Amino acid sequence: MAKVVLQREVAREFAQGETEFEITAADVRQLIRLLELKFPGIRDRLSERTAVAIDGEIFQDPLLQSIDEHSEVYFLPAIEGG
Amino acid sequence: MPKHHVATTINGDPIEYLCDTEQTLLDVLRDNLQLTGSKEGCASGDCGACSVTIDDRLVCACLVLGVEADGHNIGTIEGVAEGESLHTLQKHFLQEAALQCGICTPGFIVAAKSLLERNPNPTETEMRYWLAGNLCRCTGYDKIIKAVTNAAAELRGE
Amino acid sequence: MGKEEQFKTATQSVESNGYKVVGTRPIRPDGVEKVTGRANFGADYNLPGMLIGRIIRSPHAHARILSINTEKASALPGVKAVVTSADFPEISPTARGAGEAPISFRDLSRNVMAREKALYDGHAVAAVAATTAAIADQAAALVDVEYEVLPHVLDAREAMKPDAPLLHADMFTKGLDPKPEIPSNISQRHEFGIGDTESGFDAADVVVEHDFTTQCVHQGYIEPHACVADNTEDGMSTVWTSSQGQFMVRNYSATVCNIDHSKVRVMPAEIGGGFGGKTTIYLEPVAILLSKKAGKPVKLVMNREDVFRATGPTSGGHAHARIGAKKDGTITAGELTMEYEAGAFPGSPVQLGCMTGFGPYDIKNVKTIGFDVVVNRPKVAAYRAPGAPIASFAVESALDELAKKLNMDPLALREKNAATEGTQAAYGPTFKRIGYLETVRAAQNHPHYSAPLGPNQGRGVASGFWFNIGGESSAAMHVNEDGTVEVVTANPDIGGSRASMAMMAAEVLGIDVSKVKPSIADTASSAYSMLTGGSRVTFAVGKAVCEAADDVIVELRRRAAKVWDVEIDAVEWKDGAAINTKADTSENLTLAAIANTAAKTGGPISGKANINAAGAGPGFGTHICDIEIDPETGRSTVIRYTAIQDVGTAIHPSYVEGQLQGGAVQGIGWALNEEYIYDDKGCLQNGGFLDYRVPVASDMPMIDTVLVEVPNPGHRFGVRGVGEVPIIPPLAAVANAVTAAAGVRMTDLPISPPKLLSAIDSEK
Repeated sequence: MAKVVLQREVAREFAQGETEFEITAADVRQLIRLLELKFPGIRDRLSERTAVAIDGEIFQDPLLQSIDEHSEVYFLPAIEGG
Repeated sequence: MPKHHVATTINGDPIEYLCDTEQTLLDVLRDNLQLTGSKEGCASGDCGACSVTIDDRLVCACLVLGVEADGHNIGTIEGVAEGESLHTLQKHFLQEAALQCGICTPGFIVAAKSLLERNPNPTETEMRYWLAGNLCRCTGYDKIIKAVTNAAAELRGE
Repeated sequence: MGKEEQFKTATQSVESNGYKVVGTRPIRPDGVEKVTGRANFGADYNLPGMLIGRIIRSPHAHARILSINTEKASALPGVKAVVTSADFPEISPTARGAGEAPISFRDLSRNVMAREKALYDGHAVAAVAATTAAIADQAAALVDVEYEVLPHVLDAREAMKPDAPLLHADMFTKGLDPKPEIPSNISQRHEFGIGDTESGFDAADVVVEHDFTTQCVHQGYIEPHACVADNTEDGMSTVWTSSQGQFMVRNYSATVCNIDHSKVRVMPAEIGGGFGGKTTIYLEPVAILLSKKAGKPVKLVMNREDVFRATGPTSGGHAHARIGAKKDGTITAGELTMEYEAGAFPGSPVQLGCMTGFGPYDIKNVKTIGFDVVVNRPKVAAYRAPGAPIASFAVESALDELAKKLNMDPLALREKNAATEGTQAAYGPTFKRIGYLETVRAAQNHPHYSAPLGPNQGRGVASGFWFNIGGESSAAMHVNEDGTVEVVTANPDIGGSRASMAMMAAEVLGIDVSKVKPSIADTASSAYSMLTGGSRVTFAVGKAVCEAADDVIVELRRRAAKVWDVEIDAVEWKDGAAINTKADTSENLTLAAIANTAAKTGGPISGKANINAAGAGPGFGTHICDIEIDPETGRSTVIRYTAIQDVGTAIHPSYVEGQLQGGAVQGIGWALNEEYIYDDKGCLQNGGFLDYRVPVASDMPMIDTVLVEVPNPGHRFGVRGVGEVPIIPPLAAVANAVTAAAGVRMTDLPISPPKLLSAIDSEK
């Protein structure tokens, strides 16, 4: 089971404030589908301007990134730079 | 309003041009003569990116009218290199990495050359105050001072 | 303090280098053209028959646009085109350009040219193109705009009040529960955190709490925005422009003008400074439409005042910081609540501020809240580590106060709480290998830190963190017949990256760097690459270059295998040559030899790599600043400055040092001099370099640098992005130094002389 953490503001809006979940998913796309089943509407929010940190590494285009059995997955805002 | 006829010398070459009353020397250099090495950063004499010399005096070309060049000697960045060889200052700017984006570099080189022609052995403070009229946003001035210091030393034969 | 010491840069490597090219300091390949004035920046391009464009801008901070009459302007002889928002397509709120640019195109379009309202002094409302600059200026004055002036608001906290003038009637704050029914100027509330700060504060022995204010500052690039657009009768537009990303310019311009991407070709000019401010567009769509109407090329260049009035500064803002710690210095909780000015449209970097403020520290309980607030100022644009400097100013100043209360050395406090590999970052994920602690130790051991101070002098330290990004990058490599190699990338060079691309290619190929020719391609001549920013080019585009070199090496080995009539597995590549491992005597073919006979072995030799680079390593910096104050005039002078940063591996140390020095001086300007001054009508008063005071050469001392090298495991040479971190620590390093010298906590930037004097007086 991977540890999946939502941003607090996303959790507040879609998941009644719950930020941390244990979910098994092969990749981020599948993970988002599973979250959508639990919290309808969250998929659009997570597909937009969102990056994902998997085991500490940040992916700006995360959809097809694979998730391991014991991965730590954080949803983050897309990071721009200057 | 008819244009003015100007006969001047630029980097040692006799040049004639026609310009409007309100055109600055910078406008003329860039738009009429395609000498785009002098840059416009502010058009108000605050940034030094348009530094040129008139009769060996350092000025901002944006604060001089095109007509004022008549009968005088203008020096621009395009005249700093010596034929095929770079001027010592240009060489040191490259060696000391004294440029990042490079937009302020022509102005700094003209200004620094002017300084060293007057004062071949300036202190760091003298350099910084002479160059205070040239803005750089990329380098923080450190490597520019190093480049001018080392170029000055080489020109003195050290 | 010896002057000789100030000319030194130390490089501390955690692992030994062992590279041939990486780590050396060759002359940059584009250097000669830059020092002779030959290099072409955006305003240096001229085309036959070219017209000059001018933009008409709102003189009001907030106004409804009732009508725009362009008849007189159009009738002026020499005027060939006039455009207003009526010429731009309406863009839906959910429109996305091709690719997935994370911006609102609707807002971008309205920023490029105002529609119903002018939202800041300087907001573009119309444009003209004429045969000469003088006629264009006259025509601009003839455009007749009827405004209904509205009340305006400039400060974030003022704009949040219920009775504040409303900028957008359809703005309902996101991130609030329940969803609000009344519109406001707060576009969004963000929240981040880990742990439970309430119990964290309960466990604290000491708590420090302060409110901090910063002003909006401009990136300050010396080159104003400039472009030339040539739209021809087949609908094709070619745009020469200085920007931080030619593909971004294509994407954004095509979307705003509603034309096919394939109909826009963007030629990257050299860029005279960007720092994030040129990661968006202002002029290009206007120039394209003017050119289309006129049937001629159009040059559009901003003047300096337009740059200040109408292009993205970064946010000014307020930050309230609260930090609790045990007597031994262990930080138990940290909170930040911030309000950032977004300018006329939403999108301040307050989220990033929330995520980075506590970045360097291992704190179990963190809560950061950020409000994105619109005000009647230009729409903010990225500025070097967007959002982070303000947040860090608050946190690092509060830590300075905490150290005093605990009677602890400020670096020792940071050392005790330093994030390391395995620490959970304040924004959630776990750090991999990072070099923050090494920067603190380097600061502690630096002679600057123990140098004696004189009267009216004070010393301040501060740290900072930035993620650095990877992103889509591409590189192509072509072997010339003489054995030299072209390296083609598509990222504008804002700090010397071209040199680094050549160096990495030379290192992988095993050849001399002088044999490698880097160039920057336009949108028709290269695969897509994400813009230059986020400290990504040396890391991500560098990765693509290395992989393209790998690709070339495979092909070179294949050709050598053909020549020797062996299997490719028998051929190794070493030191720039193919080696036949099956031969009895040493047999090798240099790159040049293989190149020379390429026609016979299969044709031209090329390689490529198109990647979405991941594995960017975060960067950390710690700065030491000494300031002398003049208690009579209130002037603060920086007398010594040292910038220390974990840079991964410095490919070209001179350009890495340059990033630290340049960023530090921008931060010093932010802390001491720079701010926007508006009159009571909301019009900008100091839109020029005389009164918008950036640091000049006589203001600064030498900036010493220490490059700590903790290689990033995500890059074969260990590269970390370096460009953005350096602007983060200076705000608090300067403020802490002034605080130490003056004996009073400075919480309001910039620390201008009147402010310092009044702070000293109120302390008496």
